[in-house]
Amino acid sequence: MKKELGILTLLLVLCGVTAAINPQFLSAANLTNLANSIGLFGVFSLGLGLVIITGGIDLSVGSVFALAGVLLAMALTEWHWPWPLAALAAIAIPTILGLANGLLITRLKIQPFVATLCGLLLYRGLARFIAGDNTKGFGGAEGFQTFQTLSKGRLFGVPMPFVLMTIIAIIMWFVLHRSIYGRYLFAVGRNEESTRFSGINTRSVIASSYVIAGMLTGIAGILFAFYTNSISPSTHGSFYELYGVAAAVLGGCSLRGGEGSVIGILIGTALFQVLQNAVNLLDIPSSLNFTVMGAVVLIGVLSDQFFQERAKKKLARH
Amino acid sequence: MRGIGKRFPGVVALDGVNLEVGKGEVVALCGENGAGKSTLMKILGGVYQPDDGEILVDGQAVKINNVVDAMKLGIAFIHQELNVLDNLDVAANVFLGREPVIGPFKLINRKKIHADTEPLLKRLGLDVSSRTRLDQLSLAQQQMVEIAKALSLNARIIIMDEPTSSLTLSETDRLLKLVGELSEQGVSVVYISHRLAEVDHCADRVVVLRDGKNAGGLNRSEISHDRIVSLMVGREIKSAYTGSSATKTPAYFKVRNCKSSRYPGNSVSFDATRGEILGFAGLVGAGRSEIAKAIVGLDADGGAEVAIAGHTVKINSSREAIDHGIYLVPEDRRGEGLVTSMTVRENITLPSLKSFASLFMISRDRERKVANEQIISLQVKTPGCETRVLNLSGGNQQKVVLGKWLSMSPKVMILDEPTRGIDVGAKAEIYRLMRELADNGAVILMISSDMEEVLNVSDRVAVMHEGQITGVLERADCKEENIMQLAVGKTIAAAKAAFSN
Repeated sequence: MKKELGILTLLLVLCGVTAAINPQFLSAANLTNLANSIGLFGVFSLGLGLVIITGGIDLSVGSVFALAGVLLAMALTEWHWPWPLAALAAIAIPTILGLANGLLITRLKIQPFVATLCGLLLYRGLARFIAGDNTKGFGGAEGFQTFQTLSKGRLFGVPMPFVLMTIIAIIMWFVLHRSIYGRYLFAVGRNEESTRFSGINTRSVIASSYVIAGMLTGIAGILFAFYTNSISPSTHGSFYELYGVAAAVLGGCSLRGGEGSVIGILIGTALFQVLQNAVNLLDIPSSLNFTVMGAVVLIGVLSDQFFQERAKKKLARH
Repeated sequence: MRGIGKRFPGVVALDGVNLEVGKGEVVALCGENGAGKSTLMKILGGVYQPDDGEILVDGQAVKINNVVDAMKLGIAFIHQELNVLDNLDVAANVFLGREPVIGPFKLINRKKIHADTEPLLKRLGLDVSSRTRLDQLSLAQQQMVEIAKALSLNARIIIMDEPTSSLTLSETDRLLKLVGELSEQGVSVVYISHRLAEVDHCADRVVVLRDGKNAGGLNRSEISHDRIVSLMVGREIKSAYTGSSATKTPAYFKVRNCKSSRYPGNSVSFDATRGEILGFAGLVGAGRSEIAKAIVGLDADGGAEVAIAGHTVKINSSREAIDHGIYLVPEDRRGEGLVTSMTVRENITLPSLKSFASLFMISRDRERKVANEQIISLQVKTPGCETRVLNLSGGNQQKVVLGKWLSMSPKVMILDEPTRGIDVGAKAEIYRLMRELADNGAVILMISSDMEEVLNVSDRVAVMHEGQITGVLERADCKEENIMQLAVGKTIAAAKAAFSN
C-alpha cells in the first residue's frame, strides 16, 4: 500500500501543478477526455500487469491492436459480419494469441521477452499484409452505432471506456487480491520452484495470465479501433505495450515478478495520461512527449528505490 | 598444514588438524559428512582463514589470505561444482583474467591464447580444440579444462573435491589415470572422495578426519576399505534415542521401482511402517533427495509405484502426491520450501488454498485461524501470521514449512535434512514434532547427513549408495559402523561380516 501512496502523491502533485498553471485542466471537457484515455489504456495495462506479476512480459500488445483492429474493420465493412460476431472474433483472436504466447513460454521454455517480441513483429506484419497496407475505416458499417456507443458513449457523463475499465478493475481486484488464482500468480512470480513443490501447476498459472492479458487486449482493441475510427496498420497501437509496462512498473509491479497491485497499475496509467495531458496544456513542445514520460518513469523508479533502501536500513537498525 | 583450527559460530569445524603432502604425492582425504574435509581444503585454497595453526610451503611459513595468494603459491582448488563459464571457449576459460594482450588497445592476443592452451590440453590427453565452447564438452572434459587451468598457473598442489561425483565409470578411470600422470610429473594431489575404491586405486596415502580432528593415516600398503571406515567412525555420539510404544503397522507405505533422473539405471524399493521414523542415511550424492522428489512426483524423468495401506496410488505430479497425503519438506528451504517474500499465513495455506475458498475467493479469516493454530502449536517465533517469512530465523522458517504440511494431516511426511542450519533448541523441537507425528499414525521418512541425527531419531535406517539402497538396518543394528559400511557401498551381508570380527 505504501508503494501506491508514493505514486498517488506524485499523481496528485502533477494534477495540482498543471491545474495551477492552466485552469483549463479542470474543465469538464478536459477531465472527460482524460478519463476516456485512462479507460482505454487502463484495460490492457491491467492484463499486462498480471503477466508482469508472474515475472513475464508481453510486448505484442500494440501489434495485436493493429491486427485485431484491421480484422474488425474488414469484418464489418467488407465481409459484412453481424456486429456481435465481429466483436466476439475481435476478442477471441487476441485471447488465442495470448494462449499461444503462454504455451510458447511454459511448454517450449521460450523467454517471455523473446516469444512476445516475435509476436510484436509477426502480428504487425500480418496486419499490414491483410490490409494491403491501406488504412481501414468503419464508414457506415452495420452495427457501427452499437460499437460507437460502447466506445465513445457516456454513462451519466462518464466516458464508457472509463466505466468499462472500472468494472474490469473491480473484477481484477478480486481475482488478483482475493482469489486463489491471484495468490498463485504472486507465488509463481516470486518463486516458481517452491510453488511447484506446493502442488500447484505453475505452468498453467503462468500460461493463463497471458490468456487473460490477451482477452483484455482484445477488449481494449475494440475500444481503440472506434476511438481512432480508422486503423492504419503500420502505426495503430504502436508502442502501446510499453505504455502499459511503464504504467505497471510505476504502479509498483516488479519486472522480477511477485509484486504489484490493481490500484497501483491504475494510478500508473492515470499518471501517464495526465502527463501527456500536461505536456499539451503547459505548452511543452509535443515533440518532447516521450522525453517527459521517460524522465518521470525514471524519477518514479529511482525514488521508489531510494525509499526502499531507506526502509531496509531502518529495519536493519531495529 | 600444522595445528589448523577453525571455528564457525556455534561449531568447531577444525581442531588442531595436521596435513602433510609431499611433492608428487597423492593424498586422499576421507571422513564422514561434516568431518571437516572441505573446510580444511578451503583454508588451503585461501577461501577461509584459519583461526589457529600455520601453513608451510617448501618449509616456509606462508599466509594465504585469498584465492589469489593460493594461486601464487601453486595451490589450485577444483571444486565439486565446476567453476567454468560454459558460454566461452576452452582457451578463454583457461586464461580467464590473465588473457595475453596485443597492440595499443590491449586486444586479446587470439593466436597466443590458443597456442598456449593447446599444449596443456595435449599434456592432459584431452582431445578437443581450444576453440570449443565449454557447453559442447562433457562434464568430465570440463573438469579437465579446470585442471588445464590449474596447470597453466603452474600449480604444484591440486585439490580435487569429490571430482568423480558426476562422472561415468570410464570417465572416472580416465581421471584416476590422469591423477597418476600428474603425480609422475611432480604435481601433488589432494583427493577428497567418498568412493573408497577410487581412493584405494590412486592414493599414496590416506588421511582420515573425524569431527574436525585427525583420526589417523594409512600408508599405501595399509590402505583397505575396512581400515578406512574404522578410522572414519568412532565419533562419540550421545545416545538420545527414545523409541515409542505407539502402534505400528508394517509395510503401510510401499515404494517400488523408484527411479530418479540422477541415477536412471538404478531403482529403489522399500517398505515403511506406519508410526515409525525411517531414516535415510548415506554420503552426500547418494541420491536420497532425488528419490524423495521422485516419490512426490517432482522428478519429470523419474517416478515410483507407491502404495498406502494396500492401495496403489498413482503419482504423476506433486498435486497428486499432496492429494494422497504424501508431503515433502525439501532440503532447500528458501528455494523450494517457501515463498519468502510472502507472509507466514500465505505460505502455510499455499498447498491447501482451495479449502480456504468459496467461489474461488479466499477467506483470510479462515486462513489466519489455521496459520495461528500452527504458529501456536509449533511455537513459531514471529510477530504474527502477517509477517513476511524472510524476516524469520532459519529454525522458524523451517517450522513454517512444517506448519504448511501439518495443517493438512500428513499420511507420509518426507523430511530432507530437516534441521540443517538450525540451532540446537529448534532442532530438539523438530525431533519432538516428528515423533509426535509418527505416534499419531504417520509415516516419517527422514533424510539426514548428520550421523548423530540419524542414530538418535530413526526407528530404522535405510542406507543409500549411488542411487541404490544397500541395506535397511533394524534398530538393534543401527550403529555408526554398520551405516558407514553400507554408505560406502558394501552389501548388508558384507557389512555385517566386517563388523562381527
